[in-house]
Amino acid sequence: MTSQYYVPPTSKWPIIAVIVVGCTALGAGSLMTYGSGLPFLLIGLAGIAFVMYGWFRDVINESMGGLYDMQMDRSFRQGMGWFIFSEVMFFAAFFGALFYIRVFALPWLDGEGAKGVTALLWPDFTASWPLMNTPDPSIGGPDAVINPWTLPLINTILLVTSSVTLTIAHHALKEGNRAKLKNWLIGTIALGLVFLVIQGIEYVEAWTQLGLTLQSGIYGSTFFLLTGFHGLHVTIGAIVLIVLLFRVMKGHFTADNHFAFEAGAWYWHFVDVVWIGLFLFVYVF
Amino acid sequence: MKRFALTGICFLLLAALMAGSTYAASINTSTGWNMPPGVTDVSREVYSLHMTIFWICVAISVVVFGAMFWSLFAYRKSKGAKSAHFHENTTVEVIWTAIPLVILIVMAVPATATLKKMYDTSNAEIDILVTGYQWRWRYEYLGEDVSFFSNMSTPRDQIQGLEEKGDNYLVEVDEPMVVPLGKKVRILLTANDVIHAWWVPDLAVKKDAIPGFINESWFLVNEPGIYRGQCAELCGRDHGFMPIEVKAVPQEEYDAWLASRRDAAVAEAAGADREWTMDELMERGAGVYNTYCAACHQPEGQGLPPVFPALAGVGMSVDPEQRAEHIAMVAYGKTGTAMPAFGDTLSPAEVASVITYERNAWGNDTGDMVQPSEIRDLLGK
Amino acid sequence: MTPETTQSVSQHSVSDVASGHDAHAHGHAPTGLMRWLLTTNHKEIGTLYMLFSLLMLFIGGTMALVIRAELFQPGLQYVQPEFFNQMTTMHGLIMVFGAIMPAFVGLANWMIPLQVGAPDMALPRLNNFSFWLLPVAFTTLLATLFMEGGGPNFGWTFYAPLSTTYAPPSTNFFILSIHLAGISSILGAINIIATILNLRTPGMRLMDMSLFVWTWLITAFLLIAVMPVLAGVVTMMLLDINFGTSFFDAAGGGDPVLFQHLFWFFGHPEVYIMILPAFGIVSLIVPAFARKRLFGYASMVYATASIAILSFVVWAHHMFTVGLPLTAELFFMYSTMLIAVPTGVKVFNWIATLFRGSISFETPMLFSLGFIVMFTIGGLSGVMLAIVPADFQYHDTYFVVAHFHYVLVPGALFAIMAAAYYWMPKWTGHYANETLGKWHFWLSVIGVNLTFFPMHFSGLAGMPRRIPDYALQFADFNMLSSIGGFLFGFSQLIFVWVVIKAVRGGVKAPAKAWEGAEGLEWAVPSPAPLHTFDTPPEFVPERDSPSRHSDH
Ligand code: HEA
Ligand code: HEA
Ligand code: HEC
Ligand code: CUA
Ligand SMILES: [Cu+2]
Repeated sequence: MTSQYYVPPTSKWPIIAVIVVGCTALGAGSLMTYGSGLPFLLIGLAGIAFVMYGWFRDVINESMGGLYDMQMDRSFRQGMGWFIFSEVMFFAAFFGALFYIRVFALPWLDGEGAKGVTALLWPDFTASWPLMNTPDPSIGGPDAVINPWTLPLINTILLVTSSVTLTIAHHALKEGNRAKLKNWLIGTIALGLVFLVIQGIEYVEAWTQLGLTLQSGIYGSTFFLLTGFHGLHVTIGAIVLIVLLFRVMKGHFTADNHFAFEAGAWYWHFVDVVWIGLFLFVYVF
Repeated sequence: MKRFALTGICFLLLAALMAGSTYAASINTSTGWNMPPGVTDVSREVYSLHMTIFWICVAISVVVFGAMFWSLFAYRKSKGAKSAHFHENTTVEVIWTAIPLVILIVMAVPATATLKKMYDTSNAEIDILVTGYQWRWRYEYLGEDVSFFSNMSTPRDQIQGLEEKGDNYLVEVDEPMVVPLGKKVRILLTANDVIHAWWVPDLAVKKDAIPGFINESWFLVNEPGIYRGQCAELCGRDHGFMPIEVKAVPQEEYDAWLASRRDAAVAEAAGADREWTMDELMERGAGVYNTYCAACHQPEGQGLPPVFPALAGVGMSVDPEQRAEHIAMVAYGKTGTAMPAFGDTLSPAEVASVITYERNAWGNDTGDMVQPSEIRDLLGK
Repeated sequence: MTPETTQSVSQHSVSDVASGHDAHAHGHAPTGLMRWLLTTNHKEIGTLYMLFSLLMLFIGGTMALVIRAELFQPGLQYVQPEFFNQMTTMHGLIMVFGAIMPAFVGLANWMIPLQVGAPDMALPRLNNFSFWLLPVAFTTLLATLFMEGGGPNFGWTFYAPLSTTYAPPSTNFFILSIHLAGISSILGAINIIATILNLRTPGMRLMDMSLFVWTWLITAFLLIAVMPVLAGVVTMMLLDINFGTSFFDAAGGGDPVLFQHLFWFFGHPEVYIMILPAFGIVSLIVPAFARKRLFGYASMVYATASIAILSFVVWAHHMFTVGLPLTAELFFMYSTMLIAVPTGVKVFNWIATLFRGSISFETPMLFSLGFIVMFTIGGLSGVMLAIVPADFQYHDTYFVVAHFHYVLVPGALFAIMAAAYYWMPKWTGHYANETLGKWHFWLSVIGVNLTFFPMHFSGLAGMPRRIPDYALQFADFNMLSSIGGFLFGFSQLIFVWVVIKAVRGGVKAPAKAWEGAEGLEWAVPSPAPLHTFDTPPEFVPERDSPSRHSDH
């Protein structure tokens, strides 16, 4: 290999990142434990945003300055790929929990299967999914659940479409058609934001009208766990896309060198795929 | 070379030590070196399975370590050994993949058979619901109207070293579980708070007691005796202090015991029909408190903040306004915390006396009395 | 290795940089504390990891000694049950996440770039971030001990609901520290994979990599696959504790056992995360001191991969007593037993490497040989544990404690020690003191066996684990274990002494410090200069690959 792999000099960003991440964790911990610590949490979160800005700016400058080669590009790609894999496993844990509850735990509580004797403890319980009545009635299930064929269906269409629009934008980038790139990227972001708004409406409705909350037994727990973390990822993805949009407008990326764009796109597609799983197993079936 | 010889001797000594003690373990089962063979057919089967796999492992060790130490000895550089150049050989690699596979199958076959037997809880003649509490067991003989708590009976002074330790230190209880000989006993296991595990080595039964779920297991004892065990799942502070005692007795003795248990329950319930004096309540209450409450709230009511609140001098126990809340707390417990509901497991007399005790002990001196009849009426017993 | 490969290596030593004379192109380097806080250099970060893990070994070890002191005799002597449980929990957590894992990551940082001929890790700044998260995570974890209600007291496996509804208030901080350590591990693993897959010197194919690199590649994959699951399950705990969800509560339709499934889906691969790099280390050291090439390189690689794959389908062997359906018990029993086959292949290959070698017994070799013997003992007791009916008797007794300490202490920890002695010349430029090394080894071997061998007996005789006090029949074995524990613990101070001595001086080492050693790391001078392989070194598979067909 003739080119030299770029080894960055010492950098202040990682250690600042550690400090702000630690600050966030401490703030969150004491907020939950002692009810105070919000300032720490907020400072931490703001700090994280600041670090991302500074750290990525350095990287972008290095990249634009021609310090990187193909090998570096591959490192970034692999890094992003494995990171997404780790996210897949994070969601896999939650889906695993959902399936375990539905396939094993609830039937057992209702007196079926290998641990059916358990029903002795809950004589009045009948299993169902969505679980409207919890084994211990004092916890209380939801009054109703979200109909998949209303807002969730719209959201599905929105997200799937956004994956398509993003791909179109990517192709535009590869063709060097900047205007098309910009427009389709804006379209993608808009779809993502509308998704988030609808998800918000759905949450408010669930919480205030359907009695579907984190506290309403295992259905509410899994519902908000899965959709909540997904929503968080959509939010992050949307922020990433917005940053990409700004960079596009500043003239960053070339037709054959635009790793950051691709990484953002992979992330978006991943979030989209997770949603399909959610739509099927949280809402429909 | 001298250095190698020394090294070798050290290794050999160690190996001899370990081999010697394992051998001792295999012949001497009464002094607590090895798994007890136990007193049921299943436990003996488990024991022989254990010994089979143990000897297989010993044999594997002898071969593997033998080959290794011989190589170390024979091919020392200090003795001028020159290294050979081979570095692979498909035939031997296939062989040493296949042989372990065969050995494993040899182990798996009897294991599967025994496991199937252990899982067969059908045709049991007696059903006992065993519930784990922090930190005691409760036994309910289903269909017999008999249920009671079983608490460790080793005095705290023995644990603190203020008194000499008895023979059954930490593995003795106030009320053992009693079972008849020759009957298949099915136990249904659950828990009231956290996960516990019910384990009696001589019966080869170890099964988790999980809150909200029921696990099954069974045993059939043929030899009379007292079989001791312990909780085998970390369940909090006094996990080390929740022993199990199973007493296997002839059928007649078992029947008599059941009858006496029922009589005692009737007498206990009758306690709620009469008026108790303060002294009576306080005396009974002290006993109940030390058995059921002191583990969390501490003998002097000082608690272990922030998890276990103090009862002496603070809170509802000294507040004349909160007598009703206090009764409700003890009777119904508080879900989402460690505070259990005692209303349906203790008798009205016990509940009433412990509340009275709390309201008057350790300088709480509210002068309030709670009568058993009040509790009985509240709980509708 | 031929001398040509050393040509391109730059010649600045660590001390040049420390005194601010770094001639390297990156401008003025910070000094003092700032140097360590800001560094992006894989060797410096590797050093940080190693020192951190040594500190954690002593903290976690001190906790173990509190446990052993309390268990020296029946009765409660020094600590109360509440604190005892915190010691057990913290000891387990700190040893696993603070001592063993960071030590392996430190070794990976130091040695993987050297072994694949890379100038540094693939993502050097991320590397710094990964490391410095750890001190924050563990300071938080240790701080919980001083919070009201005490620290985690529910075992390192933190089963719900003991760790949710019944846990002390500090549990939130415990969860967040697990999150931080988890992020650190995931990012570290990503970095390691990218380095291995992408930064190998031209000509080095996958099957030309050293086994240490191979085992770490697979370990990193395991880390990325299972650490997120741990993050997921602690997040669910957080919700159950603070937001009223019912994941682990049957009253709302959840199940406490769900926690265990998720935990062990992480937990079992986790134990292999702690042993696979050890296999890699031993696979380098044994050939080096037998002066003979590793037997069965390819099958070693396949065996490692098989162990990793199997590790995803055996998790419930930790849960045989929770009341799984019979078919599940059988499935997990068989799959667990199967792991003995590839592991056996590894043991046999090491022995075949020794066979007809030309063997010498320097300290790294002693630790490796100790590893082989005692890891096998621990592995065999593992197979016994896999037999379900027998495990009903073994489970949650000291027999299990004996099993996992055999695979972890004379297993993982001995391999780390072996690696430290083996690469000490490369790190410091000086050989570790042989005499002290031998003392360290022999006292450790005696101590470790005295501590953990009797635990087999106390466990079989019926002593449950995680108890602060025990019935009288277990007294003798416990006394032996405690004596052994203190002997072993204090013997580790010798190691500290050895390290200090080697840093300050000692027998100077040449580039290739060991006669029989192979690998690119021996092509750079000892001590390795701060920057190595600025241009990729030459690698000729027919000559340099550990899987080459001919011998030269
Ligand atoms: C480095 C860590 C490590 C390693 C490598 C292993 C390796 C193995 N472990 Fe262990 N284990 C732990 C760490 C580890 N374990 C820990 C920490 C716990 C407790 C967790 C807790 O509860 O706190 C535990 C608990 C544990 C249990 C649960 C016990 C219980 O709680 O009831 C079981 C049960 O199956 C088990 C099995 C095995 C098996 C079969 C292997 C196998 O991989 C071993 C394979 C090796 C060999 C078999 C030896 C070499 C092979 C040969 C020489 C070939 C010939 C052999 C045969 C044919 C048998 N382990
Ligand atoms: C991962 C690696 C690892 C290592 C290296 C060790 C090392 C040791 N372990 Fe540990 N152990 C675990 C992992 C490990 N352990 C785990 C996972 C558990 C389960 C936890 C649970 O149940 O939840 C456990 C549980 C455990 C128990 C059971 C506790 C119980 O069930 O209640 C015991 C009991 O003896 C024990 C003992 C020891 C001892 C004596 C050592 C010795 O090797 C330690 C040697 C000591 C030192 C190295 C320190 C020396 C210190 C000094 C000399 C003081 C000097 C001080 C300064 C200079 C500051 N361990
Ligand atoms: C396993 C632990 C445990 C046991 C055993 C236990 N308690 Fe409690 N108790 C608690 C906890 C935890 C609370 C705090 C509940 C809360 O958060 O309000 C509590 C609260 C109380 C309170 C309310 C204190 C206050 O002022 O708010 C009273 C009264 C009480 N317990 C009485 C008893 C009695 C009587 C017994 C025995 C018959 C008993 N407890 C046994 C754990 C326990
Ligand atoms: Cu109950 Cu341990
Ligand atoms: Cu395991």
